[in-house]
Amino acid sequence: MVRESLGQILVNTILSGNFVLAMFLGMCPFLGVTHSVSVAFPLGLATTFVIAIASLSAYLLNMLLGPLHLEFLRLICYIVVIAAAVQLVEMFVKKQSPSLFRALGIYLPLITTNCAVLGVALFQTARDYDFLQSITFALGGGAGFTLALTLLASVRERVNLSNVPGVLTGTAMTLMLAGVLSLAFMGFAGIGG
Amino acid sequence: MSAQGSVSTSTPPRNMQEFMEGIWERNPVFVMVLGMCPTMAVTVSAINSISMGLATTFVLAASCWLVSVMRHMIPKEVRIATYIVIIATFVTVVEYAIQAISLELSEALGAYIELIVANCLVLGRAEAHAAKNPPLASTLNATGMGLGFTVGLTMIGGVREILGNGTLLGISLFGSNFQPWVVMVLPPGGFFVMGGWLLLFAIYRARKDRGDTGLTAQGASHGA
Repeated sequence: MVRESLGQILVNTILSGNFVLAMFLGMCPFLGVTHSVSVAFPLGLATTFVIAIASLSAYLLNMLLGPLHLEFLRLICYIVVIAAAVQLVEMFVKKQSPSLFRALGIYLPLITTNCAVLGVALFQTARDYDFLQSITFALGGGAGFTLALTLLASVRERVNLSNVPGVLTGTAMTLMLAGVLSLAFMGFAGIGG
Repeated sequence: MSAQGSVSTSTPPRNMQEFMEGIWERNPVFVMVLGMCPTMAVTVSAINSISMGLATTFVLAASCWLVSVMRHMIPKEVRIATYIVIIATFVTVVEYAIQAISLELSEALGAYIELIVANCLVLGRAEAHAAKNPPLASTLNATGMGLGFTVGLTMIGGVREILGNGTLLGISLFGSNFQPWVVMVLPPGGFFVMGGWLLLFAIYRARKDRGDTGLTAQGASHGA
């Protein structure tokens, strides 16, 4: 297997291999909280933080479980660590900014079941990334997630002001917009080498 | 989450109703729009969709049964963590089973099998239904939801495979002159096909509403 350089991983995860638009990870918040940029952006940042923690702990857990031959416990360990990390972020946001806490609502605890978080842990294990590669992968993935969320939110803010046929409102419209965004991001394919 | 359906006491037996609810009336893919990650990531072909749907159905039914059996034992404060651990256990079982049955399939689905843990549909059902209902009812409900999910996945996967590859379940449909619409098996195709189905259902619902009450199409699908 060819080792990817850190720069390649970073560019790939942000653009051509964007978590949301190319790998379909983290669709629920992508469709659920992208009605305004002011909510989408902070949620992206919170998720990035959880992704970074998840990636770090997944790497350490893997080092621990490998020698003990307990790989079948991997999934359960990952998810428990992620749940704990989300709890931490939730307490932090609640204390720092109660208004943001209310705006994010159910989607904050739902970061636990965000595929992007668990996905990072699983993909970095599947691809045999070393420590630095894992962290870069996690940060790039988080940045890509935030980028996709912010982009879709800004498009949706504009669409809200225009006259859309009745049957197209709601999720169908959002999915079509996401499809166009995803098509645009495919143009980046190959940029990371 | 609009999980509280009104419990009707009309003619069909309640268990049957629990079972059918997920297949049509509250289809997890097209009505509740839950579990989107696998819905779009693995639906590049019909066979992938069916296997993913069945794997999810098993996890859903098994974990809802266990959650429902243990619903009086689980302390309220740690219930979500408990559900997640239960779900993760069954997902591990499914993952190893698929690896044993077909290595090819396991490679095609990749990490998305393990990502069933993070499927909001499973946790949503455990929290909204299994935690409040007896084992039989919640297992039936979960199986129905799982089958509804499978149907939804197959509808998307089928369309994407036909348009993007010219085949259905690996059987060529249009002969060798067919020019495949490649974008349909690429990521954007997932969004477009899913959006297209939702649009069709919105139009259908709008028609029905207009027929019933004379309302316009407006408000048929205001959500999200």
